[in-house]
Amino acid sequence: MTIAMPAPDPRILARGPQIVAALRAALPADAVIDDPQETRAYECDALTAYRCPPLAVTLPRSTAEVAAVMRVCADLGVPVVPRGAGTSLAGGALPTADCVILGTMRLREVLEIDTANRFIRVQTGVTNLSVSAELEPLGFFYAPDPSSQLACTIAGNIAMNSGGAHCLKYGVTTNNLMGATVVLTTGEIVELGGPEMGPAGLDLLGILCGSEGQLGVVTEATLRILPRPEGARPVLIGFDSPEVAGECVANIIRSGVLPVAIEYMDEPCLRAVEAFAKAGYPDCPAVLIVEVEGAPAEIDDQITRIRAIADALNPVEFRESRNADEALAIWKGRKSAFGAMGRLGDYICLDGTVPVGQLPYTLRRIGELSRQHGLEVANVFHAGDGNMHPLILFDANTPGDLARAEAFGADILRLCVQVGGCLTGEHGVGVEKRDLMGDQYAPEDLAIQMQVKDVFDPDWLLNPAKVFPLDASAAHRAAR
Amino acid sequence: MTVALDLAPASEAEVAEIIADRHARRAPLRIVGGGTRVENRARGEALSLSRLSGVVTYSPGEMTLIARPGTPLPEIKAMLEAEGQALAFEPPDLRGILSGNGTPSLGGMVAANASGPRRVLAGACRDHLLGVRFVDGRGRLLKNGGRVMKNVTGLDLSKLLAGSHGTLAALTEVVLKTLPLLPARTTLAFPGVTQATALRIFTAALSTPFEVSGAVHVGGTAYLRIEGLERQLAYRRDRLLALLAEHRPEVLDDAPWGAMRDVAHFADGGPLWRILCKPTDAPEICAGLRAMGGDSSLDWGGGLIWYRGPGNPRALAPHATLIRRDTATGPAFPPQSGAVARLQDGLRRAFDPAGILNPGLMDA
Repeated sequence: MTIAMPAPDPRILARGPQIVAALRAALPADAVIDDPQETRAYECDALTAYRCPPLAVTLPRSTAEVAAVMRVCADLGVPVVPRGAGTSLAGGALPTADCVILGTMRLREVLEIDTANRFIRVQTGVTNLSVSAELEPLGFFYAPDPSSQLACTIAGNIAMNSGGAHCLKYGVTTNNLMGATVVLTTGEIVELGGPEMGPAGLDLLGILCGSEGQLGVVTEATLRILPRPEGARPVLIGFDSPEVAGECVANIIRSGVLPVAIEYMDEPCLRAVEAFAKAGYPDCPAVLIVEVEGAPAEIDDQITRIRAIADALNPVEFRESRNADEALAIWKGRKSAFGAMGRLGDYICLDGTVPVGQLPYTLRRIGELSRQHGLEVANVFHAGDGNMHPLILFDANTPGDLARAEAFGADILRLCVQVGGCLTGEHGVGVEKRDLMGDQYAPEDLAIQMQVKDVFDPDWLLNPAKVFPLDASAAHRAAR
Repeated sequence: MTVALDLAPASEAEVAEIIADRHARRAPLRIVGGGTRVENRARGEALSLSRLSGVVTYSPGEMTLIARPGTPLPEIKAMLEAEGQALAFEPPDLRGILSGNGTPSLGGMVAANASGPRRVLAGACRDHLLGVRFVDGRGRLLKNGGRVMKNVTGLDLSKLLAGSHGTLAALTEVVLKTLPLLPARTTLAFPGVTQATALRIFTAALSTPFEVSGAVHVGGTAYLRIEGLERQLAYRRDRLLALLAEHRPEVLDDAPWGAMRDVAHFADGGPLWRILCKPTDAPEICAGLRAMGGDSSLDWGGGLIWYRGPGNPRALAPHATLIRRDTATGPAFPPQSGAVARLQDGLRRAFDPAGILNPGLMDA
């Protein structure tokens, strides 16, 4: 455990029964959980190395009930940690012992689908995948598709500004979020944005998206929907060096073809995937999967262009999918990469982003750092936008191994910042990268962000020990 | 009346120094970019960012452009075009309607979140803004975001600054995503259709996967634009022609997209309003506007109405901004109330505690 959380406030702990009673008075009986057996289910998110059961868990079913939780917690000065499906890899939903978890998972209604104006309005506890499932019969889809889309909720997607494999073409959550119903710490309910195309005043929705539950709790969202493309087809390209693969990515982007996805896998990842999924990938140091969309003739045309770009770089292999089965075979290995890596042991999944031109150098440096730290690393990521997901392998049962893996991870993230990138592309800062924020931002750059939080949450009740380094946020938190 | 010499800093440090001084003296500043908006009625001494100019880095293979706010937009456009790229949100040039005689600047574009017809497909300026450097109202030189496409490292202040019209900070550097310039385009025109029919055409076309990149109704004609690689384009054109045959489309090799983007049809005077609405509400709003007198046109598939006339459209559509005042009175930006107004005021105080940056411009 190398990431510290503030000690729970003994005054709050002492008032535990009073707080739970106040929550029960404000909510239906089954919406408040304080039995220690049950609150343990909420002690961590997908960053499982860090755990702490909360004081209580609330599971409201409506915006009004969310507002009730906020009012009770504000009156009694209790921190609130919002939680979607708990799939955060950054500890965004990690509780403290003196907090109330506000879970959005019972906010499950689809409120409105308007294909003429191209939006869907949902309660934010719906899963990402179910939004697109609702839209499929109508010929539309919702573009952001994080790999946890089966489980993750729209609330969490908004909090972390989630991306996915297809954001090279369609953008991330902030580019697809049109409006939100937000509950403030005062319990006030505000509407930001809506079906119209843009705000007429300051873009409050823009700072809310990706704010990691620091500013308010989003209970309903208006999401932009898009007509489904006629078809999509991937190609697989193998290269004998990561540098050449990186060059191919940049050349494709320059050419005017804009694929929906460009995915990259390196040798350690390919080996693990081959042993696990037997996807029949070529045995080479770097593989790209490039997917293009359109009608069959459009796809052929784009693939011809991509082939010409790849051929100029002497690929080991250029594999085209001629039908749906072959397309699935190409995606099979990529989609099973995380599972395949899991078989090799425990891993930490990182999320730094680098400028695309820095990919080859960054990969080489990660290899050197891997030897230095004595831990294996595999790379599988969204190459088109430079969003890397190095997986550091370690053994949780070996004392000290987690700390070594975390130190290695921190070195990789600092490297991302040094080459002009950032600490996190789509997972968020949470607690995981909180203490590295000083590597990305000067103290005053963080100060203005914390002053923005002061405006929305003057008492720092919402997710108070996340995102900002504890020493930097101490004075703000002490205002409580 | 002659105007006093502008403050025209040539470096970020000078911008910070000037603002820190005015913060201490509580002396208001009116931030000027390319000087194309004579409508800027903020009180205070003019602070021109025109000398803070030039491209810092342009990396076509990374699709990123880093440049200073005073860089003239035509310069940027030419540089990107030479590499086969563009700012996909198609920033308009509003000199025609605002009778400005300066040159549009990159900083002004971001400060206004200025986006043209391709907004329906590609998103707004703010969607392409990856990072900013700026000086806040205390004179602090700050940064936010970066130069990569995916970034959730801390709060996204870039989005907040886009469209804040220089009321929160003076931009000193912006990072924008650039995209491939699509090599070919074609236009389907539907002459002699009403706004209601135009809306039906837009809805049908924008519900197809053919990536319609412009949906405008001006002077009784509806226009749809498609762009792409040559083969794509022919296919998409034919599919749309078949789908919309009942409205008797004509294929045009080119159409005045530049003029429509720049609202040239309303260049010649009168109060001019920019109204954001739910697209399907547009025909009814436009009928109401007609009853008040004046003309309207549609962009963004109906999501944007331009209204030139004597009426105040806010009773019909609350998201109405007065772009050219002429004889009109009252606030230019839609008044906010309740918690949203309180949050906006709080943000202004956080960025600019002395209220010296473009005071009154957004009627705050």
